[in-house]
Amino acid sequence: MSDSFDPLDPRLRVGTWVSDAFDWFTDTFQPVLDLVDTVLDGAYSAVVDVLSAPPFLVMIVLFAALGWAVRSWKFAVFTVVGFYLIAAMDRWDGAMQTLSLVLVAAFIGTLIAVPLGIWAARSPTVSNLLRPVLDFMQTMPAMVYLIPTLGAFGIGVVPGMISTIVFAMPPGVRFTELAIRQVDTEVVEAGQAFGSSPARILRQIQLPLALPTIMAGINQVIMLSLSMVVLAAMVGAAGLGLDVVAGLSSLNVARGVEAGLAVVVLAIYLDRVVSALADRAPVVRASRVRA
Amino acid sequence: MPAVPLSPSLASLVAWLTGRLDSRAPKRARWTRCVAWQTNEGEGVTALRAEGLFKVFGRGADDAVRRLRDGASRADVVAQGATPAVIDASFEVQPGEIFVVMGLSGSGKSTLIRMLNGLWEPTAGHVYIDGVDISGIGAAQLREVRQRKISMVFQHFALLPHRTVAENAAYALDIQGRPKDEQRAKAAEALELVGLGGWEDRYPAQLSGGMQQRVGLARALAAGSDIMLMDEAFSALDPLIRREMQDQLLELQASLGKTVVFITHDLNEAMRLGDRIAVMRDGRIVQVGTAEEVLRDPANDYVAQFVADVDRTRVLTASSVMVPAQLQVNASAGPRVALHGMRDKQLSAAFVVARDRKLRGVVRDEAVVASVNRGDSTLESIVDSDVASVHPDTVLAELFAPSAESVLPLAVVDDDGRLLGVIPRVTLLTAMASLAEAQPDLEVVR
Repeated sequence: MSDSFDPLDPRLRVGTWVSDAFDWFTDTFQPVLDLVDTVLDGAYSAVVDVLSAPPFLVMIVLFAALGWAVRSWKFAVFTVVGFYLIAAMDRWDGAMQTLSLVLVAAFIGTLIAVPLGIWAARSPTVSNLLRPVLDFMQTMPAMVYLIPTLGAFGIGVVPGMISTIVFAMPPGVRFTELAIRQVDTEVVEAGQAFGSSPARILRQIQLPLALPTIMAGINQVIMLSLSMVVLAAMVGAAGLGLDVVAGLSSLNVARGVEAGLAVVVLAIYLDRVVSALADRAPVVRASRVRA
Repeated sequence: MPAVPLSPSLASLVAWLTGRLDSRAPKRARWTRCVAWQTNEGEGVTALRAEGLFKVFGRGADDAVRRLRDGASRADVVAQGATPAVIDASFEVQPGEIFVVMGLSGSGKSTLIRMLNGLWEPTAGHVYIDGVDISGIGAAQLREVRQRKISMVFQHFALLPHRTVAENAAYALDIQGRPKDEQRAKAAEALELVGLGGWEDRYPAQLSGGMQQRVGLARALAAGSDIMLMDEAFSALDPLIRREMQDQLLELQASLGKTVVFITHDLNEAMRLGDRIAVMRDGRIVQVGTAEEVLRDPANDYVAQFVADVDRTRVLTASSVMVPAQLQVNASAGPRVALHGMRDKQLSAAFVVARDRKLRGVVRDEAVVASVNRGDSTLESIVDSDVASVHPDTVLAELFAPSAESVLPLAVVDDDGRLLGVIPRVTLLTAMASLAEAQPDLEVVR
């Protein structure tokens, strides 16, 4: 940037600046990045180990039992058929790796998104600051995130997971903020009027009443995480995404379609389970009981 | 997010979030905990006093207050970008009084009531609860005031939908940190008071609007505070239920002696409930007085116009129009006494009372004559106990139907069954006619 700026032939090296800043960042915070790498990789590996350890039939029974418990026997039947299909297509291991990636990414995303959403709901300033950041996170082509994360963490599951978290988290923040703001003002006032503390109002009134909407946000986070599995595979995450990438590079339709079907089964299963959990929120249940 | 300035509570939320509550809480608290309360209790201080309260939204709020104090009109201030919701409101509420704040929507009454318990911080002015200024005290102390001194009933009930009726009623006690069994006992007691015994385990969604508001009322009663703020508490209920709730509130207030500040846009409700009524318009209190004062002597054209539509038959009561019975005889007296009285006053019937003035019924001329001919010694055998009677507090509007159905005057009977007076049909009609005439005309008639 030693040459002077010519307005008629503008050249702003935004990319270089960001890249320089990024290099400085990775150099300076290397210990932090190592820690993040260890934690994310460890969490992922642990979940994969747990999900992959039992024989697939046992896992299918467990998934079906969960489906039955939160929803219905019909959903349990769907679960058995769907997951059995995955196993029959020989995509079981990939599916468990993908499920692990999605669960860990969505869990961490939720862990960050919900407190941020609560904070934004309480402070207009935070809300105003956060809005453009969230827009940026969601509209920046997701593949762009891969480049710096790849640079910082190297090939493996971690860059894909961080990209997934960044891309999938915004709806979690937005839904949480909306949910808290939508809680009936009068009920919050009732809390204040009887001398409840802000923390207590949050815990006893705002969060329970906002829970169904927050759950819808978490559902969005999970779905967006699933949509990222192919991208994550491009930087070395194992799982169904890898099958799709491999299918694409070798024009192998069969492999791609099978992996795609497995993703659909996972998506439907996760969506139904989470929305069933939202329906079991105390507020929803209390409004449903009839005299 | 509504575009309003930070309310004190919201500001404290932010403070809490950033963990700086302690360093930021104002230190000008005028009292510490209960000490100040104890010195002020039982000395005949007003329960609640508002002194020069202002609430101005928008830019330049403090400046707007200054100009309003200097006599600027509301429109002047609005033109400069500030929105005054409450302008210079001052009043006192005595212990055990029902003080009604009445005004149309947008008159500032909801903002006013929210300043009384600090939900909104006044732009200027002071609120005294039991003689202690609550404006500018710290967040923690304000919470203490709300727990101990002042409770609230909301227009749309504001119950916690995920908690049972009993848990909702016990909410304030839970916040106060009382033991669980005490919570349960007091909640049950309060629910019993409002007629919801046996509904403890239901959820609000299972209750009708009227019942939900009873839970809201029970929650406020269980809190044990002396002052209750009621924000359009019955406005969301349909008219019959509203009447019922008004009656219940009057009963509860008579037995428990709570101090009530009641907000309403319904003048008839204000007249029915209010010991005193404050009429609000465009943020200002334009008149404070009893229902009769407001009706008889409106402070300005606005109030006059407002009360012009008031159905006076719903304000005035049977006791205000009743007249003494023309003829009442003792049940122990003989038919000859009754006959003599009836002939004397040219009447065809007479009211019969027992020795303690309790109404026994009526006797009619034919029966009395027959009784005289039979030689009866008392009226006992011919007393007809089927008499149309009303309570002295019954409003005129409710007298028309029984009056139309009854040939005899309506008997006005108190709770103990004593005959206080009667209302002949012609008296009722005369009362109506004189209500229809505007009061100023009286002098011309004279």
